[in-house]
Amino acid sequence: MEPVFKALADPVRRAILDSLFCKGGQRLNDLIEGHGMSRQAVSNHLRILEEANLVAVVWKGREKLHYLNPVPIHEIATRWIAKFQTGQLEALSNFKQSLESQEKPNHE
Amino acid sequence: MNKSTFVYVTYIKTTKEKLWEALTSPAFQSQYWYGCHFECTWAQGAEWKLYFDDGTIADTGVVSEIDKPNLLTLSWQNEFRPELKEEGYATCKITLEDVDSTVKMTVLHEMERPNSKLIGAVSQGWPAILSGLKSLLETGVKLPLEHM
Repeated sequence: MEPVFKALADPVRRAILDSLFCKGGQRLNDLIEGHGMSRQAVSNHLRILEEANLVAVVWKGREKLHYLNPVPIHEIATRWIAKFQTGQLEALSNFKQSLESQEKPNHE
Repeated sequence: MNKSTFVYVTYIKTTKEKLWEALTSPAFQSQYWYGCHFECTWAQGAEWKLYFDDGTIADTGVVSEIDKPNLLTLSWQNEFRPELKEEGYATCKITLEDVDSTVKMTVLHEMERPNSKLIGAVSQGWPAILSGLKSLLETGVKLPLEHM
């Protein structure tokens, strides 16, 4: 589980996961365009995400497509969250979102 | 890309043979698949049905590719929600690979249409099924499913 937390600790890697959550199957070039970083930087982040099993790779011919793999995050959820009421957590999370979207300042 | 695709990967400390057995035998399935089990001869071209624990049919399809214990490809159609059934068949490809002392299991679920509701519905279940399978094979204990 440690590689998962290490991979998630970086804001750029979380942004890459956000991007793959919105649109699965992106190539390295798509991700470079989306994040305005060097090829080497993005491929380095992707390697760390792959090693943590947070990103799954599917080859279509010679194209390497990247997908968000939700399984490790699900395992974190079952380890610490499952025994609490998920309905209540969802309500809390919705509440937080609606309050924060009224505020607007751009923070994580 | 006019397709709906979801990919799930998990690494399980077991052998491909044991994982294959867990995937294809009803006694194992019901322990990690929300109480559901498959009925199928697991031969190329064979039809399969997935049953809920009350005996009603959840999903059906055909075994389109089988290479024990490495590869299993199923066509997949929902049978209990009309709005999902009308989308027709999706493809579910499961591959097992030895990686160090674990088995890497990849589930690739695809449908030839964007924003597929079937893939959306199926995708909510896969992470729990894979975690349950991993827990069962590694520790012999099934995960509680009541929260799902």
